[in-house]
Amino acid sequence: MTVLTVNGKEHRVNGDPNTPLLYVLRNELKLNGAKFGCGLGQCGACTVLVDHEPVFSCVLPVSVLEGRQITTVEGLGTPEKPGALQRAFMEEQAAQCGYCIAGMIMRAQGLLDHKPSPTDAEIRAHMEPNLCRCGTHMRILRAIRRAVSEMKTARTEPVR
Amino acid sequence: MVWRILVGLVIAAAVLFGGFYAWAWRSEIPPEQTHDASSFDPAIVAKGAQLAALGSCAVCHTKAGGKPYAGGYPVATPFGTIYGTNITPDRETGIGTWSAVAFQRAMREGVTRNGQHLYPAFPYDHFTYATDSDINALYAFIMTREPARQKNRRADLIFPLNIRLFAAAWKLMFLHRGPYQADATRHDDRARGAYLTAGLGHCGACHTPRNSFGAEKRAQAFDGGVGEGWRAPALNENSSAPVPWTEKALFNYLRHGFDTDHGYAVGPMGPVARNLAKASDSDVHAIAAYVASLSGARNGAAQPAKIEAAAEAARKLTPSAYGVTPANQTTGSAAASDSVGAKIFTGACATCHHSGGGLPVSRPIDLGLSTPLNSDDPANVLHIILFGIHPPAGQAGRIMPGFQGALTEAQIVALADYLRAHFTRRPQWKDVAGALAKIRRERQAATETPQ
Repeated sequence: MTVLTVNGKEHRVNGDPNTPLLYVLRNELKLNGAKFGCGLGQCGACTVLVDHEPVFSCVLPVSVLEGRQITTVEGLGTPEKPGALQRAFMEEQAAQCGYCIAGMIMRAQGLLDHKPSPTDAEIRAHMEPNLCRCGTHMRILRAIRRAVSEMKTARTEPVR
Repeated sequence: MVWRILVGLVIAAAVLFGGFYAWAWRSEIPPEQTHDASSFDPAIVAKGAQLAALGSCAVCHTKAGGKPYAGGYPVATPFGTIYGTNITPDRETGIGTWSAVAFQRAMREGVTRNGQHLYPAFPYDHFTYATDSDINALYAFIMTREPARQKNRRADLIFPLNIRLFAAAWKLMFLHRGPYQADATRHDDRARGAYLTAGLGHCGACHTPRNSFGAEKRAQAFDGGVGEGWRAPALNENSSAPVPWTEKALFNYLRHGFDTDHGYAVGPMGPVARNLAKASDSDVHAIAAYVASLSGARNGAAQPAKIEAAAEAARKLTPSAYGVTPANQTTGSAAASDSVGAKIFTGACATCHHSGGGLPVSRPIDLGLSTPLNSDDPANVLHIILFGIHPPAGQAGRIMPGFQGALTEAQIVALADYLRAHFTRRPQWKDVAGALAKIRRERQAATETPQ
């Protein structure tokens, strides 16, 4: 048995501890945001955060994750109250088929957690590992920039 | 009496320093008026382009995302960081005012047009061997590039090495001036290969160990050294490659960045192979022939059948480690061992590094064939686990994901120990945790260096 902390909640998962995190998230915990793309850590559709670092959940066995904070796209907000990146992705209509988007959002979140005001070059370099077959890269980049500027405004707004 | 001795010593020191200073002093070479790019023979320019690729000039003279040859690339040394200079023909910030004579002097003696001594991070200890015609071809190539306005960045060296006269003192001790003395016992390809390896190719800059003054230990040529925090493997009989290098394998590796018995050219060797793809075919063949001859003792015994046997033995280590994993079973449940490292390998690595079936992308080589795993130093294995393998931004190429955020330090150490134990017949590495901490420190320092 392995104890996983996902989006702040502890889960006891049974089964082979060598199982990649992605399968546990989707099949056992029913968190279907992260997607299976290549299963080889090449495309990024399965990206989630572990201790605020973006990782490929398809090549990470649950055995190494005990005691660490896992965040999936479901942990950033809800349909009623989406997080800053989720809202920005919707406003920019950054998804076409949408398969890569949960991974894109999580990779971007991994950047903003460390660096709230990245430069454009930093965003591009950071997002490099994640692929999008539809070619909505320009919208994805716009959405990340929008989230950055909205988060900045939120931070600097006077408290009422 | 004491007073007299002191005065005598001071005078002697002054005379010695005066002599050294006179020896070290280099005059300015007058600026060339204007360069007409069209005056260079296109055939010579093309030859220069191939030689520039062979010497990987662009690597240190181009910063990430910068204009080609405009400089700014940080070269970390034990003495501080030196930045590649702008060698485009821009007249203000590049070398547009340099005559062919000034360019030759820089290549041979490490002295700028205005007489300043260059630090040996610029490998003039190798370039000094290049022939006039090769240097002139390089000059023609460089002078026909797009001029780029980009100021050079000051070297960031520890005191007192930041005084340039120290570079002259270094030369006094360690620079063996050319021209290259060809080995009369070698001929054809090997002779050309020896010349290119010692000269423009400057292979020893990474593959030969250095002394505490940063000079190559000539007695231990090609014994393996360090490049950008990576271990540059020995090219002679001390090579840690499980399968002896042959001329053919070296050609594949140098020209295409991959050989089936040795794997991909990664780390600092990646850009070298990408450059050699643009060098002349015959020159790469020559280097392969010469470098293969360096491990002659090993290779002499290694007939094709023996090489095949060595490769076979190395490959067998893969399935024996955890059983044949069916291609469709990516969870890899057949761990042969219960160690933490084995579990990580089964869950994180076996998906690609398993021994059976196909992959939608080309397979990595069997880990039993890996030179980094067989090396005495775990640095390269740790680099690859931490940061993975990636083509340059926007280019096609092999990808291995890095695991730096995914695995904890203890887990990476356990994985490295497992890989060493199961895929090689060599003793356990001594201080993997220490090597890991060193790589992280160097990486941290590199990312904090403003571009």
